[in-house]
Amino acid sequence: MGQTLFEKIWDKHVVKTIDGGPAVFYIDTHFIHEVTSPQAFNGLNKRGIKVLRPQQVVATADHNVPTLNQHLPIKEELSRLQVDALKKNCAEHGIELYGLGHPYQGIVHVIGPELGITQPGMTIVCGDSHTSTHGAFGNIAFGIGTSEVEMVLATQCLMQSKPKLMRINIDGKLNDGVVSKDIVLYILAQITASGATGYAVEFAGSAIRSLSMEARMTICNMSIEMGARCGMIAPDTTTIDYIKGRKFAPQGEAWNEKLKFWKTLFSDADAVFDKEINIKAEDIEPMITYGTNPGMGIGVSGHVPALDEVEEKEKPSFEKSLAYMGLQPGVNIIGKKVDYVFIGSCTNSRIEDLRMVASFVKGKHKADDVEVWIVPGSKQVEKQAIEEGIDKIFAAAGFILRQPGCSACLGMNEDKIPAGKYCISTSNRNFEGRQGQNARTFLASPLTAALAAITGEVGDIREYYKSN
Amino acid sequence: MSKQINIIRSTTVPLNMENVDTDQIIPARFLKATSRDGFGKNLFRDWRYENDDESKPKKDFPLNNPIYKGKILVAAKNFGCGSSREHAAWAIKDAGFNVVVSSFFADIFKNNSLNNFLLPVTVSDDFLQKIFTAIEKDPQAELEVSLQDQYIKIISTGEKESFDINNYKKTCLLNGYDDIDYLLSMKEEINKFETEKTF
Ligand code: SF4
Repeated sequence: MGQTLFEKIWDKHVVKTIDGGPAVFYIDTHFIHEVTSPQAFNGLNKRGIKVLRPQQVVATADHNVPTLNQHLPIKEELSRLQVDALKKNCAEHGIELYGLGHPYQGIVHVIGPELGITQPGMTIVCGDSHTSTHGAFGNIAFGIGTSEVEMVLATQCLMQSKPKLMRINIDGKLNDGVVSKDIVLYILAQITASGATGYAVEFAGSAIRSLSMEARMTICNMSIEMGARCGMIAPDTTTIDYIKGRKFAPQGEAWNEKLKFWKTLFSDADAVFDKEINIKAEDIEPMITYGTNPGMGIGVSGHVPALDEVEEKEKPSFEKSLAYMGLQPGVNIIGKKVDYVFIGSCTNSRIEDLRMVASFVKGKHKADDVEVWIVPGSKQVEKQAIEEGIDKIFAAAGFILRQPGCSACLGMNEDKIPAGKYCISTSNRNFEGRQGQNARTFLASPLTAALAAITGEVGDIREYYKSN
Repeated sequence: MSKQINIIRSTTVPLNMENVDTDQIIPARFLKATSRDGFGKNLFRDWRYENDDESKPKKDFPLNNPIYKGKILVAAKNFGCGSSREHAAWAIKDAGFNVVVSSFFADIFKNNSLNNFLLPVTVSDDFLQKIFTAIEKDPQAELEVSLQDQYIKIISTGEKESFDINNYKKTCLLNGYDDIDYLLSMKEEINKFETEKTF
């Protein structure tokens, strides 16, 4: 019997399997950031041990950092303390830190791929659930808790049980106005926010193959929102072309060696998955969420489920969600006013996302009563956007390109959506309070968000294209 | 942190809500500490207080209801989804819980709990319903959880269900061992693996 992509990588990284228990699993690359690492370093210090392989650890500051005036000291004291602790810990343990002011600083899941650190066939972890993003390159990448961060720092290994395997095939041609964010929100709406818990998910099919690397990352990024241990896409020429020439990509003979290995990374034709789901690309329309978990999504032209469309036992949480969102069952989302537009986060803050937004807003101006925050995923994305004149397009449209960080994705810095306000957001979570206390989030693609920035309300990008 | 778990018999705090995510368990603005302690007071912060005001506890939230207390948190389906923040497990543990019961846990949360000697017990939907019914009848209803014998029992009715736990993890919890102790003891094997690996 053939092997799946997951199994091929898994087998190579098992140091030892414990009878009836988990495996001692080897980790190639470990990303760390300021929020989930300080307690892990404290743990190491308490034990009096050093990081085992500092050259396999890469650090950045992203969650807490301001997105304006990054050259000034961080105002918020606790945030500053965390960022300082990261600096100190990295210095003590010899870890490369792309901190504030560094040309490579940015959201951890944006910088890994853009620097060529993220490669096929690897095992990658980070104390952050969206580590699943890196799986777009055909590797096993998953989020871990702080105790596990400590384990990897100390031993470069983790205790891991093998998950079940799922493949989601998306075949066919995407409709106009439908982008990768819509694909993943559609999958979530189909299988729910716990539909892939316990599984490693491989995304496959012709619609996936047709996507760029950045678009693929958006999909793997949100595999954790289905509960998946990790998401992955087999590497192909798109993957290889993307990596080639990047800062930490292998070169010369090493490149050829790696290529040989990478070309073995696909699920064999007779590989067996515990579960397979097939989706037709043609069925997907621009999506938006109306509730407080990412599985609560609908096509923009649709309506919030009416009470009789909801299963009896789901009703209490459905009603609680809608009460939080200030929405009635059965209403249309189209035409709903928004107060804020957030374009950013490790889901949609890469250069292609900014280009997509820029090409739409070019020559237009934002609606008067909408606040628009555009936050690039990294210094490099910011730099490239400026080189391409994207910042000027934004300025002409009435909003500015801020500086890189997680920002309003989780509102740990100053970028919080005020209570009761509606934000259309390209991030990945619409949980209660995620973007600020009592803030209300509609998750959508960068295109749908850009449309709302211009019109001040939720709209259907397809209708817009038709009438213009 | 109390390590080692075996038999826990206690009253409960019921939280009958599905899809409780880590942002609810501990909102992001409380993640700025650099130590592991003290998160308990902010557990479910935004569900506990009106406008973040500690003088205005929301009366209908179970954690604010003095009738409910104990070492066992009984939650509904898909508990702990969302972020990988271990702060969620720390907060629950710090608030005095040793066991969380649900019919379905998110993966990372489950791992994080186990690493903090907070026992996640997965029961069937049916059994979970029975537990909630027992608590509804008598808020002081007790549960007994035995890790050694892998069962959970409703004391008042005597109903019992067994639960799964990976053998290795069970041994760790029964004896108070950390994964990290185990991994550190593997140093030589890890070194050997590194020198022999071909990727
Ligand atoms: S952008 Fe949001 S989801 Fe991504 S790493 Fe930052 S906080 Fe997490």
